[in-house]
Amino acid sequence: MSLSNIFDLAGTGMSAQSIRLNTVASNIANAESVSSSTGETYRARHPVFSVIRDQVNQDVFGAGFGNDFNSMSAGYGVKVDGIVESQADLRQKYQPDHPSADDDGYVYYPNVDVVSEMADMISASRAYQTNVEIMNTAKQMMQRVLTLGQ
Amino acid sequence: MAINFEAALGIHDKALILRGQRAEVLANNIANADTPGYQSRDMDFGYLLAQAKGQQGVAIKRTNARHISTAGEMGLGSDLKYRTPMQPSIDGNTVDLQIEQAQYADNAIAFQSSFTFLNSKFRGLISALKGE
Repeated sequence: MSLSNIFDLAGTGMSAQSIRLNTVASNIANAESVSSSTGETYRARHPVFSVIRDQVNQDVFGAGFGNDFNSMSAGYGVKVDGIVESQADLRQKYQPDHPSADDDGYVYYPNVDVVSEMADMISASRAYQTNVEIMNTAKQMMQRVLTLGQ
Repeated sequence: MAINFEAALGIHDKALILRGQRAEVLANNIANADTPGYQSRDMDFGYLLAQAKGQQGVAIKRTNARHISTAGEMGLGSDLKYRTPMQPSIDGNTVDLQIEQAQYADNAIAFQSSFTFLNSKFRGLISALKGE
């Protein structure tokens, strides 16, 4: 039954969006984590999404179950390929009194853009809600089918 | 005259299956609403339904018994079309969440109506069998 695949699809969407929400939380929490060198400073992290294609589906959802219907699908949800660190420049500030200041009196702040992180958070939250609604509607459709002949 | 399920149920059982498959395609679009480079897909419902009924559709003629039949072939993803985006996005994603949600809701309602028709067909059969 192809409707039951929707639970898996929306589930992958929810999982990916919650990872995105997690990275946002990590970025905002560390927005002011200073350090005395560019190598140690926290960098903004973002997940990279990609489509789950047929091949992976065989492993994830099990082969041989309704595969004739599966061939109709464009993909089997979304997955997180990895988390990448932003390569934008770190914020360098001259604060000689700071305990983390280097020999020249500079401290390095993370390259987290709090405003765009907030926008990202709302986007992730809305996308998560949409996936929940998709799952709810699919559930109603399936429950309806169970009443067939009554 | 024998009771023939194929004739009694009409198009509604096939429509119901296709609606379920379309819901899956649309759910995949929505799950990939933030995936860079993902292109939104949808199916040509009227064409596929006609093909499922066996009235239309392109079937390759078999001149040898060992040829593979293409009749009733609905798979391979080739019947899925790409949606034309309203405006380009910088990451190459063509999913418009509002359109997809509207299509999904529309599809769910159509699923319910197909189901209602199918259900009343079964009720008709049951009352014919009971003969009350």
